[in-house]
Amino acid sequence: MAGPPPAVIIDGVVKRFGASTALQDVSAAIAPGAITGLVGPDGAGKTTLLRLIAGLLEPDAGSITVLGSDSVTGVARFQRDIGYMPQRSGLYEDLTVGENLRLCADLHELDDETRGERLAALLGFTRLSPFVNRLAGQLSGGMKQKLALATALLARPRLLLLDEPSAGVDPASRRELWRIVREMAGEGVAVIWSTTYLDEAERCDRFLLLQNGRLLASGAPESFTGGLSDRTFLLDLPDSGRHRAQRRAARHPAVADATIQGGSLRLVLRQGAAAPPPQALGAAALRPVRPRFEDAFVSLLQGDATAPDEEPAPGTVVPADGATIVAQDLTCDFGRFRAVDHVSFSVAPGEIFGLLGPNGAGKSTTFRMLCGLLEPTEGSARVAGVDLGRARAAARERIGYMSQRFSLYANLSVRDNLDFFSGVYGLSGSRRARRIAWATESFELGAVIDAEAGGLPLGFKQRLALACALLHEPRVLFLDEPTSGVDPLMRRAFWQRIGSLADQGVTILVTSHFMDEAEYCDRLGIVYAGKLIATGRPDELKRRFGGPGRAEPTLEDAFVALIDAHDDRAGARPS
Amino acid sequence: MWCRIRSLIVKEFLMLWKDRKSRFVLLVPPIIQLVLFANAATFEVRDVALGVWQEDRAGPATELVRRFTGSGTFRIAAAYDNPRAAEDDIAAQRVKAVLHVGQGFSADIAAGRPARLQLLLDGRRSNSALIIQNYAAAIIERFNLEHIPPGARGAGLEIQTRAWFNANFESRWFILPGLAVLLTMVATLLITALSVARERELGTFDQLLVTPLRPMEILVGKTAPALCVGFVEANVIAAIAVGAYGVPFVGDILLFDAGIVLFVLSAIGIGLVISSIAKTQQQAILGVFLLLSPFTVLSGFTTPIANMPQWCQALTYVNPIRYMIALSRGVFLQDLTWSLAWPMLWPMMVIAAVTLGYATWLFARKLQ
Repeated sequence: MAGPPPAVIIDGVVKRFGASTALQDVSAAIAPGAITGLVGPDGAGKTTLLRLIAGLLEPDAGSITVLGSDSVTGVARFQRDIGYMPQRSGLYEDLTVGENLRLCADLHELDDETRGERLAALLGFTRLSPFVNRLAGQLSGGMKQKLALATALLARPRLLLLDEPSAGVDPASRRELWRIVREMAGEGVAVIWSTTYLDEAERCDRFLLLQNGRLLASGAPESFTGGLSDRTFLLDLPDSGRHRAQRRAARHPAVADATIQGGSLRLVLRQGAAAPPPQALGAAALRPVRPRFEDAFVSLLQGDATAPDEEPAPGTVVPADGATIVAQDLTCDFGRFRAVDHVSFSVAPGEIFGLLGPNGAGKSTTFRMLCGLLEPTEGSARVAGVDLGRARAAARERIGYMSQRFSLYANLSVRDNLDFFSGVYGLSGSRRARRIAWATESFELGAVIDAEAGGLPLGFKQRLALACALLHEPRVLFLDEPTSGVDPLMRRAFWQRIGSLADQGVTILVTSHFMDEAEYCDRLGIVYAGKLIATGRPDELKRRFGGPGRAEPTLEDAFVALIDAHDDRAGARPS
Repeated sequence: MWCRIRSLIVKEFLMLWKDRKSRFVLLVPPIIQLVLFANAATFEVRDVALGVWQEDRAGPATELVRRFTGSGTFRIAAAYDNPRAAEDDIAAQRVKAVLHVGQGFSADIAAGRPARLQLLLDGRRSNSALIIQNYAAAIIERFNLEHIPPGARGAGLEIQTRAWFNANFESRWFILPGLAVLLTMVATLLITALSVARERELGTFDQLLVTPLRPMEILVGKTAPALCVGFVEANVIAAIAVGAYGVPFVGDILLFDAGIVLFVLSAIGIGLVISSIAKTQQQAILGVFLLLSPFTVLSGFTTPIANMPQWCQALTYVNPIRYMIALSRGVFLQDLTWSLAWPMLWPMMVIAAVTLGYATWLFARKLQ
């Protein structure tokens, strides 16, 4: 075999925590001078694998060889040659950027000469020089990640372990992180980049795809998606009834996967199946498109299983009259910091509206003002016909809320959770019994009704959380990053439900920093630095801002262009 | 509205019961502390190691020494013939006291002159030294009565001491009624302070706030379980104190329970204030323990409030434990009447009203 020896050799590794198996018989080799994507949903075992490689955990079976030494017995030999960037970056928030770097240099015992040279190089490299004297705690999410990356690079590691470096980071900073890491790989460093974003897998040289602790696939991303090249299509949909069209397509026997992508439907056909006539799917033509990593992942997961075939459970159709959510000049100050700055938008009944933006941009604050968790400093909000400034409790009876973390009572059973939420929403008597029966049946919770909510698999938790939010038949549903980090099948099932709710007239407001999630929305508001910098349909935004002449502009392209334009207007990049 | 509150209360009880950790915190530490305090914490001094340096071997001197050993309190651990050895033993804590009977002791007695005795004590342990001194004084007093001819005594005023309510100065009688109050305080504070902080940490508090529950209703829902637990805990500890440790309970149980309800309500108010300020469970626990130690010191649990400097005494007036301990001791040992208990009851009402009101206001301000 030609070429340099692998930087890391993972051989039949098993890791258990108590009764649960975090990693099951994983074997792989990590090449130097390349970026290896460690891809998989939350709970797949990515962090465990990184910690095993870093020598922070011992495998229960199998072995890992890191830079020629065993990960357990040889830690001391390779410790200085690896840079590890944990998920929650180990920055000292009360120290400045410069102090963080100097402290890290001290810990690595760099001599004065190398230290000065490395610090200067890294500050230039990460473009953090103008912020040397700023406290790390006051940096934006993207800059924090760059600083954390800089500290990991300080001692010139030969192996770089990055645990979800780009999660929640704005797209512009994300591109910069990639640029830095790409350059390191060019210098011969072996990089492992873990991520839940499937689109990032396509940028890697190699990938390892983990799911439930097992290695599902590995290799070069092109070879993974290559098999689908004549099976992936896009078809344009009429404006109304997109969700119905999606459900119809998903049930077609030739279709392995059908997802909404802005104004279009993305189809992946089963292997060997002939393309269905577009008319059968309610469209004029099928356009072949380049397959994506997610397409390959889903068809791998689904195998021959039929697509989720559920016509949504009947619910009440809400009368449509005017806008259900109206935000008017919403502004929120925290002390002297303006988190949200005069945000205005409105959402029509049955519409899915997404607030898209990086962490810290102000989308969660906007969201919290709209569901009555936070009093706006200025401006007003009307939800489901009720002014939140006047009748907060009345408005709350008409909204459902599901947070990112599935805020359920973990040590109560599924039944107790349903009982509790139906009770606090004032349901009683036969209506309460009917709604709980509805939730149990249509969210398929019957089998786990007496199990503790905390011990359920992620998919069940998500369904239970959604069921709890819908018990009182709300007219507006607030979703806070509902499907970040879940596997693509779960995400599909979830959005299918959301789509049918919208068809019934329920208005849905979603926040996300996740481009894929945004594709499911009817309309998007892009939030950046406390301001709503653009609104429109996903396709419209892609066309308008995604860069003229680009063949298939993505939302991320549009987002980056919008941020750049905004920063140019604002003079300098805000913190 | 009742439907909402009832659901919340049911949920709070379920969470309390299903969480193994909170169940443990509520049951095990209070029982351990009760057993520890009942047995280990005692003000009495027994089995005192006494060193004897007896230079006078005559009858009265020997009889006095025998009285010391016969009292049951003292045991002779060493005998000396020079002061050096006695000093060494005290310094090394081999004996707690040394009784020195000098030459001519018996002669002085026989002659009717004042006789001298020396008692050396270990001042490093001032508390037990004082108690030993009292025991010794009592023995000597009795010795005097029998050996000094009636004519030589003064005009015959004799002090007869009798301790009311606790005739034998049993420490347990003093400690356990106070301990019941303290343990109830700890349990109630922890339940309330942690319940909101835990929900905030898990993100369920936001979920609760977007429901139609009003601040007042959340408060009632959070109060009810803590009130039940605190009430039951106080009564169980009281029952154990009476049943297992023989502390008398001569007063009105209704008065005790009325006091406990007010006391627990004021503790809940304090706990809720802590929990609406704390962002995490850790902060809430820190808050609880930060409050507990001054609360305990300023409660009269071990040291009498009347002996504190004026400004410290002023601080005790805002401490609900102060009132409940006084009330508890009164009901246990003295058959306190309702009218005598009133000065302890109304301050607790005021404290409960203020803290619960403040907690509601804090909640409402967060929810608007």
